[in-house]
Amino acid sequence: MNTLSFVPVWTVILGAGIFIYVLLDGFDLGVGMLYGFMPDTRSRNMVMNAIAPVWDGNETWLVLGGLALLSAFPLAFAIIIPALYFPILVMLLALVFRGVAFEFRFREAERRTFWDQGFFYGSMIATFAQGIMLGAFIQGFKVSDRAFAGGAFDFLTPFSVLTGIALVFGYALLGAGWLVLKTEGEIQERARRYGRICLVVVLLAVLAVSIWTPLMSEEVARRWFSWPNILILSPVPIASALVAWATWRSLNGVSQSGTFIGATALFVLSYAGIAISLWPMIVPHHYTLDQAASSPSTQAFLLVGTLFLLPVILVYSSWSYWVFRGKVRADVGYH
Amino acid sequence: MDLDPVLLSRLQFAWVVGWHILMPAFTIGMASYIALLEGLHVFTGRSVYLRVSMFWIRIFSVAFGVGVVSGVVMPFQIGTNWSRYADSAGNVLGPLFAYEGLTAFFLEAAFLGVLLFGRKLVPPWAHFVAALMVAIGTLFSAFWILSANSWMQTPAGYEVIDGRFFPKDWLEVIFNPSFPYRLAHTVTAFYVTTGFVVVAVAAWLLRKGRSVDEARVMLSMTLWLLTFLVPLQIFIGDQHGLNTKEYQPAKLAAIEARWDTERSFPLALFVIPDPANETNRYAIEIPYLGSLILTHSLDGEIKGLKEFKPEDRPPVAIPFFAFRLMAGIGFLMLAVVAASWWLRYRRHLFHSRWFLGLCVLMGPLGFVAVLAGWTTTEVGRQPWTVYGLLRTSESVSPSLAGGDVLASLLAYMAVYLIIFPSALVIAARLARNGPAVAPDTGAAIESGRPSAPVNIELLPEGKTP
Repeated sequence: MNTLSFVPVWTVILGAGIFIYVLLDGFDLGVGMLYGFMPDTRSRNMVMNAIAPVWDGNETWLVLGGLALLSAFPLAFAIIIPALYFPILVMLLALVFRGVAFEFRFREAERRTFWDQGFFYGSMIATFAQGIMLGAFIQGFKVSDRAFAGGAFDFLTPFSVLTGIALVFGYALLGAGWLVLKTEGEIQERARRYGRICLVVVLLAVLAVSIWTPLMSEEVARRWFSWPNILILSPVPIASALVAWATWRSLNGVSQSGTFIGATALFVLSYAGIAISLWPMIVPHHYTLDQAASSPSTQAFLLVGTLFLLPVILVYSSWSYWVFRGKVRADVGYH
Repeated sequence: MDLDPVLLSRLQFAWVVGWHILMPAFTIGMASYIALLEGLHVFTGRSVYLRVSMFWIRIFSVAFGVGVVSGVVMPFQIGTNWSRYADSAGNVLGPLFAYEGLTAFFLEAAFLGVLLFGRKLVPPWAHFVAALMVAIGTLFSAFWILSANSWMQTPAGYEVIDGRFFPKDWLEVIFNPSFPYRLAHTVTAFYVTTGFVVVAVAAWLLRKGRSVDEARVMLSMTLWLLTFLVPLQIFIGDQHGLNTKEYQPAKLAAIEARWDTERSFPLALFVIPDPANETNRYAIEIPYLGSLILTHSLDGEIKGLKEFKPEDRPPVAIPFFAFRLMAGIGFLMLAVVAASWWLRYRRHLFHSRWFLGLCVLMGPLGFVAVLAGWTTTEVGRQPWTVYGLLRTSESVSPSLAGGDVLASLLAYMAVYLIIFPSALVIAARLARNGPAVAPDTGAAIESGRPSAPVNIELLPEGKTP
């Protein structure tokens, strides 16, 4: 009787939601990491003000992603989340620390150093944990009887450590792009300098992951290298190379927005690469999107509101960004 | 020692949600209060409302920030520690949680930036709209999360296929039998809690002679609000109790520590329950009062715990004492509000040092009552996560080892014991500084518009504008 399936549209919504989270919280976690390399309180204030009005809106996409997974694909949620027990714990606690640091460092001058450190390490550890989760997810989990059946430390592999490091530099690149966009003068120069380092490391890491993944899984290798896929999919690596080159140019040039756009494009391409490798599995090696989906009634009920609310959310989130557009000023923030 | 992942997961959930609930208990009430102040400022033009609003926005932002980050933790708990429950109930509860994220979280987060940082960037009416949106967002938040919680307490509109719950009628799911009562009782509790915080801060400022005009506005206005809210809350609580009697009789029996089904039963003020022997030791009771309160008649009947199989019974002592703590605080609040009427009539409200001192002491009690009430309802519904259908012990993630949960629990404890006390210290410091006082010239402030003429009735005695 299921002539109408909502799985495709939920796949798109979940995929888009997670990507929006990665992009938005990615740049503000990245800014949080670069924050640790700023030389004085004044520049740290400027850097923090570049994200202060938007960070908590960004972080709510994480909640939406988690809840969309629970609602639309509850089986995937029930397997993936417990499998990542410790990385999720570490990510959450790190996010708690860096989140409160926004408020606390302005309000508790005598413990500013403590909260500065909390903001920097919180941002970095949360990012590394997310990268670990990504790697562990790509590698897949041990499953039996609709539940995760592996050990608490199965997530920790050389591959997941690599993806962890890749994401740290990836988010830092996004953060550098954001700072180039939002700041001027000396801080912007720093952002460009750190951006160049991040770009180089990110490209090496993406290359390593791209070689490693097909070596790990025959399925992935077949997907990319069998004929005619190799031809159809070749735009992905080619576009990545072009984008990397353009991003490098913009980091060395005068463009204000080029780095952020370039970094975003690199994330789009990497995200697409992962999606192509894993499609149509949502619990790699075990369950497809269709198998893990919730009932049509559940998906339909949530879809009605989502199709109405999501555009509204996007509009007023954009409005919120519009209000705080332009270069960041020292006097708008927690004072 | 054998570490039990179920018990440790329950402790962990209690720990993270117990701290988290304190934030919405304040921010839900405060968001509405700020919207009210901003609205009063826009419509009356009186600058005192603006100064009070700016004062509370600073404190609100601290609590909101901590509320957001501790709230992000919550949905992941369902996955990390309660994955069997997620698999089993996800089809029904997932959308309720997700609607919370969609309608509420985003409304709050998107307009919060404008509320906190945008006063110089947008006109006053837009700032008021942002405040209103944040307030509405917090109420939507409460709506959906309490709907989900209520469904777990009084499930409706579902069918069970292969041991999993599937939705049949969404309206029945959302508006399940205990939901309207729980929503009204909880939101009113949060309003009352916030009200007593405002009253406490205002009273403290008055005792110190700081920001006197602003403190008087806060104290007077809020005690009027509480005049309606506290009696209303006691009435709603009574109605919620009747609902519990109908749908969760075992919980009610535990709250009242009644082992036997009986008519014309007394109200127990103090007991030492003895579950092993299915009786109470040392009971202090008032005859007939129990049936009068719980059944609204002198010969009403209550179901005793012995009607339920021992493995289906909740613990008795915790709901019994937690409920009495909550209700006791409620009646203490009523007494304080009643005292305020008398002092108002005698025109001593702003000068009575003992009353202002009492108000300061009342400040934290709303939070205590919220935690006690939450403990009553959540321990009282044990041993079930979905009442009567899914046991707590069958809800936990099967892959979890006790040691893993102990490690995560200790980590949550360590971090929360840094974060929450820091937030309290910072909020207290902001409160101690008090609102900015009106400039002598009555010149333009903040919004770039000239403020309204100083209002005579708000000035301290003996001072003319």
